[in-house]
Amino acid sequence: MLRALHKFPGLIAALLIVLMTLSGAILSLLPALEVAQTPFQSEADLTVATLATRVASAYPGVEEIRRAPSGRITAFYFDNGRPGSVVIDPATGAGVADFELSSFQRWMTNLHRSLFLGDAGRLTAAATAAALLVLSLSGLMLTARRMGGWRHIFARPRGPLVGRLHVEVARLTVIGLLLSSITALFMTASTFDLIPQASAPAFPAGVSGQTGAGPDTMALLGATRVRQLRELTFPYPGDATDVFTLKTNSGAGYLDQGTGATLVWSDAGPWQRLTETIYMLHTGQGAAWLGVILGLMALGAPIMAGTGVILWVQARRARPRIKRNVAAGQADTILLVGSEGGSTWGFSATLHDALTQAGDKVHTGAMARFAPERYKSAKRVIVLAATYGDGIAPASAKGFLERLERLPEAPHIPLMVLGFGDRQFPAFCGYAADVARMAQNRGWSQLLPMGTIDRQSPQEFARWGKALGEAVGTPLELSHSPAIPRSHDLTLISRRDYGADMQAPAAILRFALPRSGVLARLTGRGFGRFAAGDLLGIVPDGSPVPRFYSLASGKRDGFAEICVSRLPGGLCSGQLLGLAPGDTVQGIIRHNPEFRPASNRKPVILVGAGTGIGPLAGFARANRPGRPMHLYFGARHPGSDLYYEQELQDWTADSRLTSVTTAFSRTPSRVWVQDALRADAPRIAQLIEDGAQVLVCGGRGMAAGVAEALTEILAPTGLTTALLKAEARYVEDTY
Amino acid sequence: MKTLLSALALTTALTAPALALAKPVTLTANLNQYGGDGAYLALYVTDAEGTYVGSLWLAGGKAKYYEHLSDWYRATAGSTAEINGITGASVGPGRQLKVTLDLADALFDAGYQLHIDAAVEDMRDSPSEVVVPLTSAGAGQPVQGRRYIRDCTYDM
Repeated sequence: MLRALHKFPGLIAALLIVLMTLSGAILSLLPALEVAQTPFQSEADLTVATLATRVASAYPGVEEIRRAPSGRITAFYFDNGRPGSVVIDPATGAGVADFELSSFQRWMTNLHRSLFLGDAGRLTAAATAAALLVLSLSGLMLTARRMGGWRHIFARPRGPLVGRLHVEVARLTVIGLLLSSITALFMTASTFDLIPQASAPAFPAGVSGQTGAGPDTMALLGATRVRQLRELTFPYPGDATDVFTLKTNSGAGYLDQGTGATLVWSDAGPWQRLTETIYMLHTGQGAAWLGVILGLMALGAPIMAGTGVILWVQARRARPRIKRNVAAGQADTILLVGSEGGSTWGFSATLHDALTQAGDKVHTGAMARFAPERYKSAKRVIVLAATYGDGIAPASAKGFLERLERLPEAPHIPLMVLGFGDRQFPAFCGYAADVARMAQNRGWSQLLPMGTIDRQSPQEFARWGKALGEAVGTPLELSHSPAIPRSHDLTLISRRDYGADMQAPAAILRFALPRSGVLARLTGRGFGRFAAGDLLGIVPDGSPVPRFYSLASGKRDGFAEICVSRLPGGLCSGQLLGLAPGDTVQGIIRHNPEFRPASNRKPVILVGAGTGIGPLAGFARANRPGRPMHLYFGARHPGSDLYYEQELQDWTADSRLTSVTTAFSRTPSRVWVQDALRADAPRIAQLIEDGAQVLVCGGRGMAAGVAEALTEILAPTGLTTALLKAEARYVEDTY
Repeated sequence: MKTLLSALALTTALTAPALALAKPVTLTANLNQYGGDGAYLALYVTDAEGTYVGSLWLAGGKAKYYEHLSDWYRATAGSTAEINGITGASVGPGRQLKVTLDLADALFDAGYQLHIDAAVEDMRDSPSEVVVPLTSAGAGQPVQGRRYIRDCTYDM
């Protein structure tokens, strides 16, 4: 619901919001410009009486004196029957420049408030402001939810760049957008008379009938400072029944032109003050600095509109269209999907189709939108859950376990859980297992024991479908062909071989970047941008499931480089190591934005072993000299698998690497990389205390050893690896 | 029109039979290129002493701005009952306002005056921008306004 509330007004209003915020940002500069161009009022206590006397002697035909919130004083006068208007220097009362409304400002103002469409345009502009308000509020709540609560709202956002940018800009600018949109709605309400209006005080019942009192003789004008003035209107020449009209920031009234007495005075009411304050907050007139700040914040909206639309398109593309998706309240079967990359959605679509054809009414939705109170006519709930990393909830399942735990009682309809994963990982289907365990603890009955699908196997899925069909009494035929990711031809340019004498063949493989047309790039179908630390998925012959390798280069380097060692029985690594220059493989990019040096100038400690050197070498290659970067590299033997030996020397020479420490496990010294860390304990502790970030890449065993060594090293400093992890200063990429 | 007739019925009750005699009158106002947003215009009638008699037309849709038509507002206290059914859109710079009304014959050659107040956002208010006596001889004679109105004519 919250997401829909954020998404739909966002897409519809995106263009209007861009138009409104850009025009608003331009308008926001004008009050500051006006202040800069206004003659300075040197006498702080100048009274309206003095000013009016000065102006009247410079312009005997003066009709009205106005003071803008910027401090600019304008006089309107008649001279020989011709109207004139000038900007006044308050020190002399003389004009310094003819006053003319800026047609640019007027044009921009009309665009901003009514799109040149009169009342229809004003209502459109108000609807845009309302959309911006809804977006700001729902966005704030989404951000809080994503960051894990309001207390963490300013924590470092994670995930791909576009999403991070959306959140970062939002947090910086949401205050301004809230203020501008709320005040805009108030001003529209005021324009359409929905807010009580202040009206001018009633004209005095009687006047003295005399004329001739100068402004300098009037007590009220003598007591009113110029900085309080809004307008002073002179009586018509020759009309003894007319009066002086004074408007100030505290009220309005009439003065007798014969006696100078105050005939009527009425103070501004609370509504009028509120209206004026809101006008000031929205336009910056009278608070020029605030206007500039709000204008800058308004510029966040076009950025968020752009990134928001990109995010929406990405999410849409990642998820297959579910045909005949029944509302949750009417469905017999509720399918809940926990997917990270989108492939589990493909399985759920197949299951949805099969159940629908068997006559079921099926609702498919994300696990994150688990709402058992809405499943009024459901007979069963089926959870299809992938696992992210070491048993973490996948993106579309965030919050599911917490909600299940908080339910006052488990749903009465039975549950079935199917896990998707990869047996190569220790936490195979770890998240699905957590779901099944929690359901059991809460007493939620399960119709089938938890099923598992290894590496998107269609056979295992069909087998589980058969079991499901038997359990619910409807034969089910699930034939799912996993969507083959849109991969690109990668041509091997060069390979450097290692490890032959240790019977552990490995190679650094360098591929040419595939060419993609402008259209493909714009629609996101190109090979895409990537940086060292991102993953290159290789789709091997004989399996639709890509295997992922850490990239040792960025797009800027002009090639895609990976470091691969032969896994016993490995399908993909075998094929890769069999490639000759000129051969091609199918590759895709998957972003891994967590694993890269933070964008600051703090030191970086790189720790890697074996082919884990790949991304670390990429970080060093992309490092700017001047940022300290220390590499700890564990290999078997200097003659066998010291990958990137030449480059490491070159990068040390040109200061891209501050130090390189190697540890060899198959030389007589028998040193592991964690031993090398321990040997350098004081230096590492000092670097980390100075804010260094630690990036670890390699096998799980090595990563565990490194974590243990770091825990020991950090013990005297009071820091822990858990603390560093929370600050993203200890990041692992393991396999 | 109704408003004006009823207003007249109050002020000139003794000449009630004459009220039946009315003829269509076309009021035309051409605006200057004053370089601002649409002008609000109030067209109304006063007697020879300047006492308000009734409104003929009010160009401009938002009642919150009526106070800037300051002479009209002073006479009517901004009462929208005075202009029920006789309002229209504001008039842009260089544009023309043309309204045709049935005006009582009794208004002409009897010392009544046609007033036009004008106001433009962020610009100088211009009460009684035009003041012209309603006479048979004056019909068709353009009168200049002070600030926003280039010329104004009433035709019978």
